[in-house]
This record gives sequence, structure tokens and C-alpha cells, in this order.
Amino acid sequence: MTAYLIRRVGTSIVVVIGVSIFVFLLLHIIYPSPAIDVLGVKATPPAIKAWNRANGFDRPWIVQYWSYIVGVLHGNFGHSYKLNQSVAALFNERWARSAYLSGISLLFAILIAVPLGIYQAVKRNTLGDNIVTSLAFVTYAMPVFFLALILISVFALDLHFFSFEASQSTNLLVVMGDWYAMTLPIATLTLISVAAYSRYMRSTAMDALAQDYIKAARAKGLPERLVLWRHLVRNACLPMVTLIGLSIPSLLAGNLITESVFNYQGLGFLFYTSLQNVDYPILLAYTLIGAILTVVGNLVADIALTVADPRIRLA
Amino acid sequence: MSSVAPSLPPLDITRAPEGGEVGPIQSGWRLAVREFAQNRLAIIGLAILVFFVVFCFIGPLIYHGNVINSNLGATNLPPSAGYPLGTTNQGFDELGLLMTGGQASLEVGFCAAVIGIVIGAIVGAVAGLVGGIIDSILMRVVDVFLSIPILFVVLIIAVRYGASVLGLSVIIGSYFWLVPARLVRGEVLTLRERDFVSAARIAGASRRRLIARHLIPNALGVMIVNVTFNVADAILLVAALGFLGFGLHYPTQDWGDMLSNGISYMQDGYWWLVYPVGACIVIVVMACNLIGDALRDSLDVRLRRR
Repeated sequence: MTAYLIRRVGTSIVVVIGVSIFVFLLLHIIYPSPAIDVLGVKATPPAIKAWNRANGFDRPWIVQYWSYIVGVLHGNFGHSYKLNQSVAALFNERWARSAYLSGISLLFAILIAVPLGIYQAVKRNTLGDNIVTSLAFVTYAMPVFFLALILISVFALDLHFFSFEASQSTNLLVVMGDWYAMTLPIATLTLISVAAYSRYMRSTAMDALAQDYIKAARAKGLPERLVLWRHLVRNACLPMVTLIGLSIPSLLAGNLITESVFNYQGLGFLFYTSLQNVDYPILLAYTLIGAILTVVGNLVADIALTVADPRIRLA
Repeated sequence: MSSVAPSLPPLDITRAPEGGEVGPIQSGWRLAVREFAQNRLAIIGLAILVFFVVFCFIGPLIYHGNVINSNLGATNLPPSAGYPLGTTNQGFDELGLLMTGGQASLEVGFCAAVIGIVIGAIVGAVAGLVGGIIDSILMRVVDVFLSIPILFVVLIIAVRYGASVLGLSVIIGSYFWLVPARLVRGEVLTLRERDFVSAARIAGASRRRLIARHLIPNALGVMIVNVTFNVADAILLVAALGFLGFGLHYPTQDWGDMLSNGISYMQDGYWWLVYPVGACIVIVVMACNLIGDALRDSLDVRLRRR
């Protein structure tokens, strides 16, 4: 197993290096130098060239890439010239709020989807299964923002149960306690994830139910509740681990859209305002972080699967 | 029945018709098509998709709603006789906009998926057949690009270079080739051990001929399933792009753009600006998913009986 782990970590490092090269090249092609932002729109070409030379923006891209990577490893993700702050400082303010929103939604999604998928598999083709499958299907086809709009329109504007805007507080503890404002954003992300996960969970649970060990457990006389809990849940959950690792990009995308719709001051909202401000350092830094999160997430999911599934470990 | 010798399972003679002739051949594409046709949900999905294609491309020839000239005298009207789905804040007819907007969404969806599958199939087949260092490099490239969230890259490029139907198709297509490449590579790895490939090789087939004539046609099953789901994902991606304000702009509106315009008026109660568009997106994506699910079921059956 250690050989597999080492190989896996090695692959991940190669992928991260590749991602960083791509992101940097994208930045370099689209936004070769911040001279115009610093000097103003009316800057003359000689002034731009002088500024570039003084600040190292006329070096070959490999050299620039190297200093960029060294900077990243030291926590320096670039500088936003439009907001006149370092990107790292901007991220530091907001990452906790985004992590809370995404993390809580992911947790709720897993807690809801796993039992739901098992329920659908056990009560296959009954009325309950058909209703849940249809609802999951419709939700799966819905764009995130449309679901958010419907939730806002029904629960916030018509019924006034919740607020149409997420919590604007900068204190994470206040945000966590503010169910009036945070329920709808969390519900949006959770429902989108549940739709995807429960579909998958249903099919893996159906596959697991057809296995011989379930028949053996039932034949032994084990009560159904124990059959499900001791045998089915553990085996059906394993593919979910991979699925969760693979769904990190869509979690980030959903986070971006949800934060924009609900005006929640997190990293996704920062990305959205940077799009409108055309602030490339922030955009590319967040893309790099998103990619690294994806790679790390997949690595953790793979390792977790290897640890949890003896068939892989001993193979 | 002897209790010592094991007995063979009874021959299934009930499947052969009375006269003793053999029934129709139950294999290959015929079987897949028949399985697909027996799936009612799939037929519904296909019908919905065909309806929307007709609605978006042929509809404007029949129904001449005002989608080009601003008519500030007729803004934000609710559905009525002259305007079946009301008007927008610029006086455009909402039903007409649905039709023309659908054109852009469907076009980008299909083109991106097709571009993706073509590139992905070629790359995957080459990687699977050639193997070795080229295979490793290509798969690492696939890993790298799969790790980058596509929405971010598309948004960044749309901000810098603007969005057009062709541009969006190319960019989204250049992300959608990654998963088919992996799938086709997996199929090719299994297929290349088969006898018909060895026979073709012995007969002197070049690698190009092997890929084009033998490997890719046999990998079409997974490719078709993947294309269908890619169309759905592309439509959702384009809608998200339009909603955030970076999609196609006037005069080519698309559904996401219309939704983004509509939400400003949600609190005023102008539901016709929001719900019909959203419903269209959801229904088209659902139809694609239904077809994809049914294709996966029918093609997997075919593969299993091989």
C-alpha cells in the first residue's frame, strides 16, 4: 500500500505543477503586465516599458513563472492592483465564510443523500421511490441559480420565513448562528448536491443489495434493520467517497453562483466582483487554489478509499 | 431423475416460434435500438428534445415576435392576447425571445459536445492503442485539465475576449474532451486484445485504419452516452455564464441572459420573465438526461450480451 500511496502523491504533485503552469500561462497571455492599471489608461508605451523593466514583467515567462511559484510557496498569491491589496490578504478575510458555507452544505448533503439513496434502493419502484427519484431528477436538471431564485421567491419574498440575503457579518460565529439569513444559501447548495449524490447512492445501493452477502445475512435470520446497517451501508458508501472527491469542482462552481445570488461575502463573491472589475490576479489565484483543492480532494478521497476498502488495500 | 449424475438445465425451447424457424437476430445495434424504444421515459425525452429543436429553429419562421426592435411603449406587459408570454423591460416579446434564445443555447450545447467527443475519441484511441510514454503524458494532461474548474476558466476567457457562439463552443468543447478520452482509452485497452484487432493488424492495417475502422466504432457505445450528458452539462454551463452576465449579449440573447434580466423584476411580481425561461432550461436538460440514462441502459445490455 505504501508504494501505491507514494505513486499517488507523486502523480498529484505532477498534476499540481501542470495546473500551475497552465494557470500562469493563462495569466501571462491575458494580462502580461499590470502597468496600465498602475500607471493609468493614458500611459505612453515607453512609460509602460520602463515600468515593466523596473518591476520584472519583461523577463521570459519561465523566469516569471519561477518567481510566481516561489511566491506561492511562501503564501504570496500576487497583488491586486485595482484593489491595492495583496491577493492573500483578500482571501484571508473571506475563506472561512466560504469554507463554512460549502462545508456545511456538503455535510448536510451526505447526511441526507446516503439514507435517501438506501431508502430508494430498498423500496425500489414503490411510490416513495418514484416520488423521490422524480424530485431528484428535476433538481439535478436545474441550474443552481434557478433553484436559488425559486427558493428566494417562495420562502423569502412570499412567505417571509427567511431572508433573501445571506448574513453580511464578518464574524464567523455570528454567521454560523444566523439561521434566518443562512438557511436558504445552505439549502440551495445542499439540494443540488443531494440530487447528484442520491442518484448515485441509489445505484450503488442497488448493486450492493444484489450481492451474496446480503442474501446470506438475511438467510441467517438477521433483522432487516441490521442487514441494512451492518452490511449494506458500509459497502454502498465506498463509491460515494470517490464521488465526493470528484465533485469538488462543481462544489466550487455552485459556491460561486450561490454566493453571488445571495450576496454572501465569500471567495466566490470576490471572484464575481473581480470579473466585473476585470481584476485578473485575483481570478487566476482563485482558479489555482480551486485546482489545488480539487487535486488534494481527489488524493484524500483515493487514500480514504484505500484505507476503508480492504479489497483495494490487500490487492 | 438420477440422483447421481448432475442434470443439465432444461433447454429454453419456449423462445423459438412454433414452426421451428429461428427468430430475428437479437444482437448489436438492433437490440440497442429496441431496448431504447421500449423505454417510455426515453421516448418522452426524445420527443421533448425534438419539440424544442423545432420550437427554437422553426418557430421564429412561423411566429413573428418582436425580438429586435426595442418597443418602450410596451414594456413589462403581462401575458395577453398580443403577447402570449408578456414582454420584457425593453419591449421584446418573451415568447419570441425564448425561441431565439433557445437557438444559441442548443447550438452551443450540441457543438461543444460534438467537438468534445471528436477530440476525446481520437486522443483516447491513440493513447489506448499506442500506450507507453505517450499514453502517460496524455493521461497526465487529462488529469491536469480535469482538476481546473471549468466555470472559472470559461468566465475568465469570456471576460477577456467576449463570448460568441463559436467561441463558447470551442472553449467548452476543449474541456469536454477530457472524460471521453479516458472512457475511450479504457474501451480501447480492452478492445485491442480482441481477435478482430489482431486479425486486422496481421492483414497489415495501419494504426490510423485500426483506430478509424475498428476501435472507435466499437467504442461508440460509451461515446454516445457521454455525448448526451455533455449536451446537458453544456446547456447548464452556458446558462450559468449568461446568468452571471458574461454570456452572449444582444442581439443573440440566450436563456441564461434572459433569466439574469428577469430576476431584477422578480420582486415586482413579473413572473413571466423568470419562470418560463427557467422551465425551458430544466426541461431540455431533463430530456437530455432521460435520453442519456436510457442509452446507458440499452447500450450496456448490448455490451453485456456480447
